[in-house]
Amino acid sequence: MSLLTVEKLTKSFGGLTAVSNANMHIDKGELVGLIGPNGAGKTTFFNLLTGVYEPTSGSIKLDIDGEQTEIAGFKPNNVTKVGLARTFQNIRLFKDLSVLDNIRIAMHQNIDYRLPSALFRSNKYYEEEERLRKEAEELLDIFDLSHKKDEMAKNLPYGEQRHLEIVRAMATKPVLLLLDEPAAGMNPNETVHLTKTIAKIRDEFDLTVLLIEHDMSLVMKICERVYVLDYGTMIASGKPEEIKNNKRVIEAYLGEDV
Amino acid sequence: MKVLNKKNIFTLIIIIAIYALVQLLLTTGTISSFYEITIATICINIILAVSLNLVTGFTGQFSLGHAGFMSIGAYAGALINMSMKSTSGFLAGILIGAIAAAIIGVLIGIPTLRLKGDYLAIATLGMAEIIRVVFLNMEITNGAAGLNGIPRFTNWTWLYLFTALTIVLINNFVRSSQGRACISIREDEIAAESMGINTTKYKVMAFAIGAAFAGVAGALYSSYFYFINPTMFGFQKSIDILVIVVFGGLGSITGSVIAAVLLAVITTMLQSFSSLRMIIYALLLVIIMLFRPQGLLGTKEVTDLFKFRRNEKVE
Ligand SMILES: Nc1ncnc2c1ncn2[C@@H]1O[C@H](COP(=O)(O)OP(=O)(O)OP(=O)(O)O)[C@@H](O)[C@H]1O
Ligand SMILES: [Mg+2]
Repeated sequence: MSLLTVEKLTKSFGGLTAVSNANMHIDKGELVGLIGPNGAGKTTFFNLLTGVYEPTSGSIKLDIDGEQTEIAGFKPNNVTKVGLARTFQNIRLFKDLSVLDNIRIAMHQNIDYRLPSALFRSNKYYEEEERLRKEAEELLDIFDLSHKKDEMAKNLPYGEQRHLEIVRAMATKPVLLLLDEPAAGMNPNETVHLTKTIAKIRDEFDLTVLLIEHDMSLVMKICERVYVLDYGTMIASGKPEEIKNNKRVIEAYLGEDV
Repeated sequence: MKVLNKKNIFTLIIIIAIYALVQLLLTTGTISSFYEITIATICINIILAVSLNLVTGFTGQFSLGHAGFMSIGAYAGALINMSMKSTSGFLAGILIGAIAAAIIGVLIGIPTLRLKGDYLAIATLGMAEIIRVVFLNMEITNGAAGLNGIPRFTNWTWLYLFTALTIVLINNFVRSSQGRACISIREDEIAAESMGINTTKYKVMAFAIGAAFAGVAGALYSSYFYFINPTMFGFQKSIDILVIVVFGGLGSITGSVIAAVLLAVITTMLQSFSSLRMIIYALLLVIIMLFRPQGLLGTKEVTDLFKFRRNEKVE
């Protein structure tokens, strides 16, 4: 069953077409990779999916309770509401807030009390805050971050910051998780830990994942299918071994080096 | 009632104790009537600073128009109180002043809060000027001459009550999920949106709550000083409030309270050096900003000082 269907998605910045007529479809439960040389348009593609940019043209359909719903042009918070969550290539944590607050903010859309309850601290406020704290701590526990819950996000080591960003995205209860270069800047140990985390997300949370990555070996190892972007165009898609031997892909990547 | 927990009861006792102490000093004459004005100024400035802090300190929206909302409360309160010369008229004036300011806050907030940083500052400044010019040209507000002979119902008890109420409610707000949503906007608006926060909604919410309390401060002000005119609520007033907020720390409620008290005390003390007053005052601000740009308390609260031990790393 198709969870996400992208058709002829295009984004131009003035004269530059960063994403051009791109197609993609992802089935529920898949772990899909998106690769491509620097400046290929991968992050722009994510920004289109998550509503940060409005597409110049094209369609993005998401399966919401069995119905194919057009989400192109949705505002980012509404995209999150229907089940897409993301991380950022350049970490965008709430740096000066605690780890726990980073998670609680992502859980805000599930909160069940209104402004008067907040101002006058009704019983509902206390009950909901208690529930929220518990849920946030449980989530942190699953990803081995609960001992850091009171630390400021900026004081975490780099690898843990990347992790926290993934956990924060998970806190919005997504159906599709978009990871933008989660291994960027990580050392080999941290990358191994990350691979485990991604596996955990799929097994325990039954999530669909789309992952941008420069580290080819990581993509080849964990992704079931791979899409390749080059100059804004999807030049190939298929199983990792097919991609590895695809002539156009080799050219695109070699072209980068030559 | 979960609100009746130890911490809240303790806070309540402190609130009552401070009231009792000042009341005692007033009745025994230890605080002379000259300083009563200082106390009134402190209370009104606390309400103004804490409410602006919600907008600028916690939500990160730089506003230079807070005096505009104050003037709405001041005029609404004065007009109602002048036609209903009773305590209920006074309280109705405060309530309607707050609601009117909040409504204008929403109307101004929706178009301007799309802007960021300097642009927002200029837009809010312009909006406050428009409010001022409207009061300047309306018949009911008596134009440039302003309103005279507003009955005085504002006294220490009411001032204190509304100041405490402002601090408690805004503190409750910033410690709620809605408040955290506002803080996330200050921290990183794009990340906040991507975590499902409707940033426009929460910016406007913070702006409206901030405006409502500025309205309360305005109504208390007009009923204390008998007299208001549009020039009292100009650019300079907005800057004065901003100075308190920055001085105390953007994102610290107790910082705003301490700064409001300190600055009022300093101003009173400098009264006898009238010509040097503004220079010393300005110099003091420059020095603070040079050596402590995050303000007295940064984003910390006084109560955080007592939490030191519990957060210490145990390894
Ligand atoms: N907001 C923008 N305005 C103008 N041009 C942009 C904007 N965002 C991206 N671009 C351009 O679009 C192209 C694609 O950028 P994008 O960040 O999507 O690439 P990428 O595949 O993520 O690259 P990398 O691997 O370096 O992260 C680049 O040429 C970039 O300069
Ligand atoms: Mg990128």
